[in-house]
Amino acid sequence: MTELKLPSIDYAALAPILIMLGVALVGVLVEAFVPRRLRNTVQLTLALAAVLGALTMVILNSDDRLLTAGQAIAVDGPTLFLQGAILVLAAMALLLIGERSIERGGAFVAHAAVTAESPDDRRQAEGASGTTEVYPLATFAIGGMLIFVAANDLLTMFIALEVFSLPLYLLCALARRRRLLSQEAAMKYFMLGAYASAFFLFGVALIYGFTSGIPGRTAGVDFATVHAAVTDSPASPVLLFAGMALLAIGLLFKAAAAPFHVWTPDVYQGAPTPVTGFMAACTKVAAFGALLRVFHVAFSGAAWDFTPVLGAVAVLTMLVGAVLAVTQTDIKRLLAYSSIANAGYLLVGVLAPSKDGLSGTMFYLVAYGLSVLAAFAVVTLVRDADGEATHLSRWAGLGRRSPFFAAIFTFLLLAFAGIPLTSGFMSKVAVFGAAWASGNAWLVVAGVVTSMVLAFPYLRVVVMMWLSEPGDATPTVTVPGALTSAALVIGVLATLVLGVAPAPLLDLANGAAEFVR
Amino acid sequence: MEETVRYAEATGLLGSVWLLVAIPLVSAAILLLLGRRADRWGHWLGVAAIGAAFVLGLTYFFQLRGLENKSVEQSLWQFISVGDFKVDFGLLFDPLAAVFVLLITGVGFLIHLYAVEYMAHDEGRRRFFAYFNLFVAAMLLLVLGNNYVMLYFGWEGVGLASYLLISFWYGRPSAATAGKKAFLMNRVGDAGLAIGIFVMFATLGTTQYDEVFNGVGALTGTTVLVLGLLLLLGAAGKSGQFPLQAWLPDAMEGPTPVSALIHAATMVTAGVYLIARSNPIFSANHTLQLVVVSVGALTLLMGCLIGAAKDDIKRVLAWSTVSQIGYMFLGVGLGGGAYALAIVHLLAHGFFKANMFLGAGSVMHGMNDQVDIRRFGNLSKYMKATWLTFMMGWLAIIGMFPFSGFFSKEPIIVAAFEREGWTAWLFGGAALLGAGLTAFYMTRLFVLTFHGPARWTEDIEHPHESPKLMTIPLVLLAIGSVGAGFLLATSVPDWLQATGGLGGQEEGHEAVLAHWLITALSLLVTVLGAGLAWALFRTGTATAPQPAGVLVTAARRNLYTDAVNEAVFEKPGIFLTRALVFLDNRGVDGLVNGLAAAVGGGSGRLRRLQTGFVRSYATSILTGALLVVAAFLAVQAGWLA
Repeated sequence: MTELKLPSIDYAALAPILIMLGVALVGVLVEAFVPRRLRNTVQLTLALAAVLGALTMVILNSDDRLLTAGQAIAVDGPTLFLQGAILVLAAMALLLIGERSIERGGAFVAHAAVTAESPDDRRQAEGASGTTEVYPLATFAIGGMLIFVAANDLLTMFIALEVFSLPLYLLCALARRRRLLSQEAAMKYFMLGAYASAFFLFGVALIYGFTSGIPGRTAGVDFATVHAAVTDSPASPVLLFAGMALLAIGLLFKAAAAPFHVWTPDVYQGAPTPVTGFMAACTKVAAFGALLRVFHVAFSGAAWDFTPVLGAVAVLTMLVGAVLAVTQTDIKRLLAYSSIANAGYLLVGVLAPSKDGLSGTMFYLVAYGLSVLAAFAVVTLVRDADGEATHLSRWAGLGRRSPFFAAIFTFLLLAFAGIPLTSGFMSKVAVFGAAWASGNAWLVVAGVVTSMVLAFPYLRVVVMMWLSEPGDATPTVTVPGALTSAALVIGVLATLVLGVAPAPLLDLANGAAEFVR
Repeated sequence: MEETVRYAEATGLLGSVWLLVAIPLVSAAILLLLGRRADRWGHWLGVAAIGAAFVLGLTYFFQLRGLENKSVEQSLWQFISVGDFKVDFGLLFDPLAAVFVLLITGVGFLIHLYAVEYMAHDEGRRRFFAYFNLFVAAMLLLVLGNNYVMLYFGWEGVGLASYLLISFWYGRPSAATAGKKAFLMNRVGDAGLAIGIFVMFATLGTTQYDEVFNGVGALTGTTVLVLGLLLLLGAAGKSGQFPLQAWLPDAMEGPTPVSALIHAATMVTAGVYLIARSNPIFSANHTLQLVVVSVGALTLLMGCLIGAAKDDIKRVLAWSTVSQIGYMFLGVGLGGGAYALAIVHLLAHGFFKANMFLGAGSVMHGMNDQVDIRRFGNLSKYMKATWLTFMMGWLAIIGMFPFSGFFSKEPIIVAAFEREGWTAWLFGGAALLGAGLTAFYMTRLFVLTFHGPARWTEDIEHPHESPKLMTIPLVLLAIGSVGAGFLLATSVPDWLQATGGLGGQEEGHEAVLAHWLITALSLLVTVLGAGLAWALFRTGTATAPQPAGVLVTAARRNLYTDAVNEAVFEKPGIFLTRALVFLDNRGVDGLVNGLAAAVGGGSGRLRRLQTGFVRSYATSILTGALLVVAAFLAVQAGWLA
């Protein structure tokens, strides 16, 4: 029997993860022991404090370049950058989740077990205080994402995937209004997520098989072993490539790339809007962080042979996102397709096997996350007596009713369309430039063409807001509470600042763009 | 590279030269921004701003006289800095700029005073003064800039102000059309100037005057020729020279003070300024000088011929402006010392032409805005001040001794005779003939307006003299018309000597005729022309249009230049735009709309795949997974290398 050796653990390097998971556990206890009327305040404070504490630790760790916990966790430039990004975006998302002044009781259902459309349901919709379990759930999800982008072996990565996915499935089901839609979204997300997880796990198994039999090494799914196996494994490379494909499918599902995007519109539409924003921003960062690490660290020896295949996926993703966005009639579905198209642009960055590609993708993730959270924040504000008015026809003439918020939303849409002086332009330049330099000109061409197509639905909304007469059906824009205002200000300012002076963040991303092995 | 042009740093009082541009500009901004609140006192603010600028200009002028290096430069801030392209927002105050500043602010001040009364009954008086001061600011920037981009800035500024003022009474279709015409024809010239500046940057890498002038010697002859022709196109556009002369007479649709200041005394001379300022470029190429001289000579004769056939008092004056600027172009084209002569004529012309335009305005003021000289006559009895001051202007423009035109025009004629070989006869002859024709049509104008029997329309019983505020500027300008010529002709060439390249005596050829003979000849043709006109029109003229021979008919139709413009540019232009619109609607839009329809249709069809059923989603994922795995395996097998 071999002797068990305890792996050395660098607690400081793991601190952000430990803080998030620890506070999530405390949050569960809060649910049990703190009086109901205090819970929301306590939970929100706890969650925000955890995020800020973790962010502080990330900043303090910013010079760490190490492997810890028995090579299971890599704390290096990309990890720290992406963890920082997730935490900043999560803080914004928590502000939206915690908002209680726009709708009485918040955006979440008071009692998740109440039958939808029943008299009880209507009563809870009238203003009962929303459930506070959302905070520990969100905190768990954030913790999972932090592990996901740091995971240095495939099993850790899988665990992290499940840790952040399961709370998200639940969160999707917790909308206060249109609960059937919300529950349906959660159900679909859960089933398809499980399906995708199976692909991922199958891929892990095949790769484990592939790594066995290397002279002088034991089989394993840590990235160092996989990397070594890619160059000198005696096993059939069919195992490697099939495993890689299945692994990629699991990750592309989370990243919402076509044809694994099918869940996105339904889930984005059904989920409570703050959760949609959370998924659009943070899940995207986590999924692409993992993709970057897998391809740059574990499989880089496969010489990027798979670029044409994933390039085809990227082109398909951009096309599907852009073309289907054209005929959407619901603002949340429109943003969902926009998010799909953006996954395509991000893939273009991932497929540039250079430092610029890596830093450009990371920049894109931050810039897009900030803008998309601000956009969903505006969506939470446009409402009538039945909650959010998400049908596009209801937005007609909004520019006359509330020129300020219509202007903000216009600015954000222009950022999504990649108009200069917005962060959207700079991030597209960053990833397309890297792709062009790596010889993937065809991806850049597809990216530019689909960007043009995608500009149409954005501008259609702009035209609708400003050039249509407001009708009786035009909803009003609720004055946002302090929390939403804060999130909105951060998002809009960041979109502007990153468009005008992107250099500091680009430098930061450049400095961080190196993986440890 | 030899540095022949060197500018000194502006120090002391001259460090505030920028105020010259700033004061009119700020006053224009105040008048425009305050709106109706400034209606009661706005015109006085406008007058005061120009008066202040004039006083400042005089102060700077005396400062400059005391300096060793009479060209001072002031760099205010870096205006453009893109790669190698750097443009300073800088000013240059040198003798040439100084005389222009004095002309613009001095004559401008008098015209401003006149306009207070002239526009008294117009609701838009405040707006008028706002545009007027905007014009002065732009014109001062034009002459004070220390590089071509600044000049272009002012150039476009005066173009804008001119457009706004020509169509000041925008309710009149003719005024609106004239504004558009001026704007469009100016654009042709402006494009030339802009491309000229591009050429400058491409070949010399700079647009600063000193660097360009010092570098021009290193350029090939062809480059200089192209550069000069482009600048000449710009100059011709702004100064109403052939082939871009047609807009200037139409510009008389604007209020008369505008015609006097912008379209006679100052803005239209910007072309002369441009060529004089760029004299190192024009002096560097003889072909270029020949082109300038030819344009000048041709335009001066055209102006005379058309001026003789017109019956509208302001149009006659406008064509005479075209013709007199032709003299100036002739002067600057002759090069060497003649640059200074052209500037002298420009300054003298500024006085007597402003004088006559304001006089014409005074006549119109008393005659219910009548402009047809066949409907005037015998006004000398009723409008004494206008009559006498106009007479001074008339004697000045025809070049009668000892009025200012004699001292400014006659040297140009002499200089034209000093050219080499047959060109001396050609250009000297043209200048001489022009002098005779000028005497003829200006006398016709003067006699028909002020003498002979009254041929007024029925509604006028007793023409009245204009108020003091209008006649005082007239008197001051008339004094200028009498005396300015002699003073300017004796002092300005020496003064301009300090401006790079200007006034330098070229060892000219001997004139083909003796100097005294040319002087005698020019006086003779002047007397002949004036006497003939006096004899013909002493007894008045028919009030209805008369049948005329080929030449007069042609002259009445502006020598068919408008017809040529219409046939060569307008018709093909209209055809081209129609064709483009057709192409755009059917071709480009069709393609775009077709693509949009295709995307929309595809989108609609693809949407149906999004059924909402988890089972079909799972199928989609499975299909995708199979394809991706298959593709990866194909890569592994080397099929997709």
